[in-house]
Order: sequence, then structure tokens, then C-alpha cells
Amino acid sequence: MPVEAATSLARKDLVGIAPLTPEEIQLVLDTAEELLEVARRPIKKVPALRGRAVINLFMEPSTRTRFSFEVAEKRLSADTLNFSASTSSVTKGETLVDTARNLMAMAPDFIVIRHPNSGAPHRLAEIVPASIINAGDGINEHPTQALLDGFTMRRHFGYLEGLTVVIAGDIRHSRVARSNAFLLTRMGADVRFAAPASLLPLDVEKLGVSTHVRLEPALEGADVVMMLRIQRERSKESSFPSQREYFDFFALTQERLALARPGALVMHPGPMNRGVEIDSAVADGPQSVILEQVTNGVAVRMAILYLLAGGHGEPASHS
Amino acid sequence: MSRLLIRNGRVVDPSQGLDQGMDVLLEDGHVAAVAERLDAPARTEELDAAGLVVAPGFIDLHVHLREPGSEHVETIATGAAAAVAGGFTSVCCTGDTVPVNDGPTVTRFIRERAAAAALARVYPIGALSVGRNGEGMAEIGEMVREGAVAVSDSPRSVADAGLMRRVLEYCRSFDIPVVVHEEEGSLSGRGVMHEGELSTRIGLHGMPAAAEEVMVARDLLLAELTAGRLHLAHLSSAGSLGLVRMARRRGIDVSCEVAIHNLVLSDADVASSTYHPNWKTNPPLRSQADREALLEAVYDGTVDALVSDHSPCHSDEKDLDFNDAPSGVVGLETTVAVALDRLVHQRVIGISQLVRLLSTRPAEIFRLPGGTLKPGSPADVTLLDLRARITVDPTAFRSRSRNTPFAGQAFKGAPAATIVGGRVVWRRNGSVPATGGARAASPSRAGAKPGARSSRRSG
Repeated sequence: MPVEAATSLARKDLVGIAPLTPEEIQLVLDTAEELLEVARRPIKKVPALRGRAVINLFMEPSTRTRFSFEVAEKRLSADTLNFSASTSSVTKGETLVDTARNLMAMAPDFIVIRHPNSGAPHRLAEIVPASIINAGDGINEHPTQALLDGFTMRRHFGYLEGLTVVIAGDIRHSRVARSNAFLLTRMGADVRFAAPASLLPLDVEKLGVSTHVRLEPALEGADVVMMLRIQRERSKESSFPSQREYFDFFALTQERLALARPGALVMHPGPMNRGVEIDSAVADGPQSVILEQVTNGVAVRMAILYLLAGGHGEPASHS
Repeated sequence: MSRLLIRNGRVVDPSQGLDQGMDVLLEDGHVAAVAERLDAPARTEELDAAGLVVAPGFIDLHVHLREPGSEHVETIATGAAAAVAGGFTSVCCTGDTVPVNDGPTVTRFIRERAAAAALARVYPIGALSVGRNGEGMAEIGEMVREGAVAVSDSPRSVADAGLMRRVLEYCRSFDIPVVVHEEEGSLSGRGVMHEGELSTRIGLHGMPAAAEEVMVARDLLLAELTAGRLHLAHLSSAGSLGLVRMARRRGIDVSCEVAIHNLVLSDADVASSTYHPNWKTNPPLRSQADREALLEAVYDGTVDALVSDHSPCHSDEKDLDFNDAPSGVVGLETTVAVALDRLVHQRVIGISQLVRLLSTRPAEIFRLPGGTLKPGSPADVTLLDLRARITVDPTAFRSRSRNTPFAGQAFKGAPAATIVGGRVVWRRNGSVPATGGARAASPSRAGAKPGARSSRRSG
């Protein structure tokens, strides 16, 4: 690595993948690689964020993302505070601006926010001096998920450029699909969205991805197959007839996976609906890296916190 | 007898085909004479309009005032003050108040409040259905008797085609237009912006142009069936304008309006606003292609009226995030300046065509007094300074609300003074010389302050 290589992100916030340059993405992935090692130590803690305060503001239910951030923060020795929708005043109709002002009164260095409405982290970032990390906003972006997905792919193939990645499922409501499309196309991968058109957003090809209304043709030559959760509510709003029919035509089964490249990775951001978008034999099969994604998520989130904090010192050093 | 002589202005009055230097004499609330050179009779106040455009008073067919019910957001008096400060002498206010204006009591209340404010003329638009719930027909005749000039459930659509048909038919008895906000709810769904590439890119739920267009198509067919007077509110898509042209070729009687923000802003402005709700409107700011099609339709005369769709929202509401915040922007105090800059100075249309869109046609299609400076018509006059340079400062608004996407922007061209019923009710500082002058035979009362006695009464 050249001596003058950047060791911090020259930005206050991580609100999405959309504003990131390929170099910034590269830096996050490289830093995560170094931090992955911390998890293998007997004492899984470095002092990089000692004395820094992080507020985890989760206004939408989340288990794995919230846990993953908390673990990342604790491994960096940050002080953490957790707010969730059930205990916050947001459910009582407080405006976003008021919430922001109240949080700032506690002088946090970081606010990790999950919000049901698109753009909320972006607005917050304009109002408060703390660094905002978007942990998922509405149907817009989930940047840390895309970074950990890209990280997982890169660890297996050694590169992202030229990979063929199929993302299948409820693309229309998926912030994971959107962030992954931004990240993977920016890094030179070929991204294919596969879903019935009723689950595809309008004009999505203009993001630089191709679309397929059947899964099979999309799978041909794929290096990675990422399945997205199908929410039961979607059938109630007539986006498809039933979970049974969805499984029959659009789920990833052993037979369909055989259409991809041999050894293609199977990914899923979770939580999975077994028997709806993915067959258990595939989810638990040898090509699945779903649990590895979870492990990698901690390292990637540590990298983001470390780089936004200024990136001083070796990320993984003890003192 | 009160007299006001407006001297040396450029009179632009499309109703008489006028665009030339002329004097205008107002007498006892009516236009007395328009001629190249008028001598002031005794006891006449004079107003020097050299360098200014003198136009028949501007009429905004689409404003939301929040009284009764949300007086902290806007009252009839603050809305009327905002109107005259923006060059409008008349406004038509929708019935989406609390309680809803769905009967004669609220209609009368609005008229009384407007008379007390004695600024702009305020014409109520009654609700089309009881409680604006889209089920039973409201007491339309009773409201017309109290001064309602149209009916509408705006900003809601009329989902029930059968009700729409009957209202178009019933309103023929009262000769009023039926004004519709066109939106098929099952298509707009959870949408908060125009659906297209940019909604996909920035991850907001979109509402397709088709949500408006299917309803426009339905109501044009119903207008043909019923021979009713259909007025399409704030059209926003290229397809809607195409349908209007098609209907007119078939001989269907329809009028339509466009809101200024849909003409000068697009979904690209939403995308660059960092999810700020001051760019959230309904209908939404649409694509650049739609915006260009609206400009074309303004140019070729397909559009009858330009409106502000003035929708005051309290900052408490606009401090919510984009999804949860209500739609709407204020526009009474910016519409004319924005139109002069973006439409006239940028050569989309001439000044005469702008006066048609803001005065002549609105008066014709809603059958309102004014819209002309013909002798005998109401002495409502808007003076414009095409060279004025203004910067939008929401803190200086007369409106109680500040939700504008134009804050801090500079525009060339602005209203200079507003005259209602022969009385100067507003003037921009420094843009019009003080009333009076050597030729005035005696001190005059014509420029009396707002709040003085007024003979405000519409026909």
C-alpha cells in the first residue's frame, strides 16, 4: 500500500452509496479486511473510538443490523446509546428536526439511523454536526449492507470488476438492491435484476442494470445470486398472487442454481423466508455464504466508523 | 366621488386587444375610461405609472386558505394580504377547511371574513360532496346563493365516476364549473413524488403520470356525456395536456389550469433538495419532458389559467421528513414574479399572453367580474414593474406560512401595485411614486389604507 494512501473518508456522513467514489468504496473494503482480524483475537477490542459516543437510533424494527452495529462499536471501544421506535418519542409525533435537536443535546459523535422513510438520514445529516450513518432508510439505501455484500464477494473472487451478480426478489421495495446496484455498477460488475415487473421499479435500467422478468435467463453465467426477502404484505397489494406461486416461478432452488456458474455464491441479506424466495437446500448448501455475510458485516461497520472518525492510527492496533 | 387616474402606463388588456401607452381613469370602483391621454377631472388622485405595465387585476383560481380551522397556518385576512402583495386582486379558495365548506354557513362566513379584510376579493369554491367524502352531493345551490363560484373536493379526487357524472349534470342548473384534482388513488398509492428514473434513483415512492391521466380521460368523457362545465385543476403531465387537446377537437367544453411550480420546477429539483418537503407537491413536480410539454401548452393556448395553488403549511408540518410531511407550497407572493422572470423574460410567452393567463381567461372561465379594463368593469388593476429585481424572502411574507421552494432566489419582474375597487391596497416600496402630485386638484381619499370602508361586492 502506498504511504500516502488515504486513511479516512473525506466526508462527514455515510448516507448512501450513491455519493461514494470507487476509491472510497475501495478504502472501506481494504480497511474492513484489516479489521476482520480483530474478531479472531481472544480480546476482541481496539481503542480506536475510545471516548466517542454513538447513538443507535432505530425507528424501524431491526435485529441483525442493530446488533452488528453494536458489536462493531463495542469492538472499537465507543460508548453506545440505543434508541428504538418503541421507546422513542417519534411514535408520539415528534418531528425529525426536534428529534435531531434533542439528540444533539447529548453531543454524540455518531448517529446510526434506521428510519422507515426515505431521505430521513439525509435531512438529519444537514441539520446536525454529528456523523450520520444510514442503517437503512425506507426504500432508498442500505449502504453498509451493500458494502458488506461487496466485501464478501471480493473476499471470494479477489475482485468485483467483471463479476456477474443477479439480485432477485422484491426489488421495488428493496434498499439493499438499490445500494448494491450503485456499488456494484460503480465497481465495474454486471448487475442483473430479476423479478416479475410488478416488483421492479420504473426505469430502473437507467441505473445501469439489466432487468429480467424470469429468474432462469438471468442466472445464466452468474457468479453471485443474491435473493431478497419477499414480504407477505406485497401479495396483499397485488404485486403477485401468492407465496406458493412465487416459490414455483421465482424462488432459488437447486435446479435453478445449477443454471449459474459452477460454484456461484448464494447470498441473502436476511431475514430469509425459507420456502418463499429460497429453498432451504440452497440456503444451507455449500454455495451459501449467508452467515459469512453476517460476520463480515461487523468488520465493514467497524471500518466505516473508524474511517469517518478520521482514521487515526492503525485500525487494528492495540494502542 | 372617488377618482384615480393612472397615467403614462403601458396598458396591456387582451380583452380589448390593447398593448400601448395609455391613461386609465377609475371612478367609484369602476373603470371610467381608457384612452391615450386623459385629463384629470377635479378632485382626482393621480398615480404615475411611467415604466409600468397596467393590467386588469390578476385572478388566482386556486388557493387554499386555512380558515376556518387552521388559522395558525393562514387566515382569510392573511391570505388576502398575501394575494394583493403578490399582485392578485381576486382569489378563489377551496373548501378543504375545518369544517369543510360544504354548505351555506361556511360559504357566508368566508365572504364575511373577506369583506372585513377588505383587501383582495375572495370567492369561495364549495365542496362538491358532503364533508368532501366523495359520497353524497353537497348543497351546491345554497352555496352558490351565498357566493360560491365553483365546486370541488380538491385536493381530493372524485373517485366515484357516478357521483362525478351527477355533479356535472346538476351544476348546469347553477352554471358553475366543476373543478377536479385528478388523481386515481389506487395508482398514486403511497407515492410522494413523480414516478420515473429519479424516484427510482433517490428511493422515494413514486406516483405515475398515468394516475392523473386516467382520471382526466374519464372526466373528459363525462363532460361530453353531460355537457357540464369541467375545469381541470393544476394539470402536470404531458399526457393530460394531450388529452385536453384531443377533447377540444371533439368539441368537449373544458378548461384547465397549470400551477406555476409545475412550469418552472421538475423532479430533478426534488432530487437535489436533499429530501426537503418544500419540494413536495401534489400533483408532484414531474419530469423535465413533462415540464417542457406544459410550457408548450402555455405557449399554444391549451392552458387557460396560471395558478399558484397556494398551499400554506406550518413549519411544524414541513419539519417532518419527506414521506410524512404534507404536500404543498405557498405561491401567492411569488407566482407573478416567477412568471415574469421565467415565462416573459425567458421568452416563453409575451406579457399580453401572461395577462390572458392570469386575468382574462380566469375571469371568463369562472364567470368572475373583472379580467378586463373595459369601461364599467370593476376597478381592479395590477401594476407590474418588468425591470424590478427581487429576492424571495419568506420572512417578509404576508402569508402566515413560509413553505416555498423559491427562498433566496432572485427574479426579474414583479408586481408594483395592486388596486382593488379603485383603491390602492398594496404598493411595492419605491416602485410607484406616492399618490398625489401637482395635478391633483385636492387631497384624495382614494389611496386610503387597507381596512377602510370598501364597496367590495362581486356580481
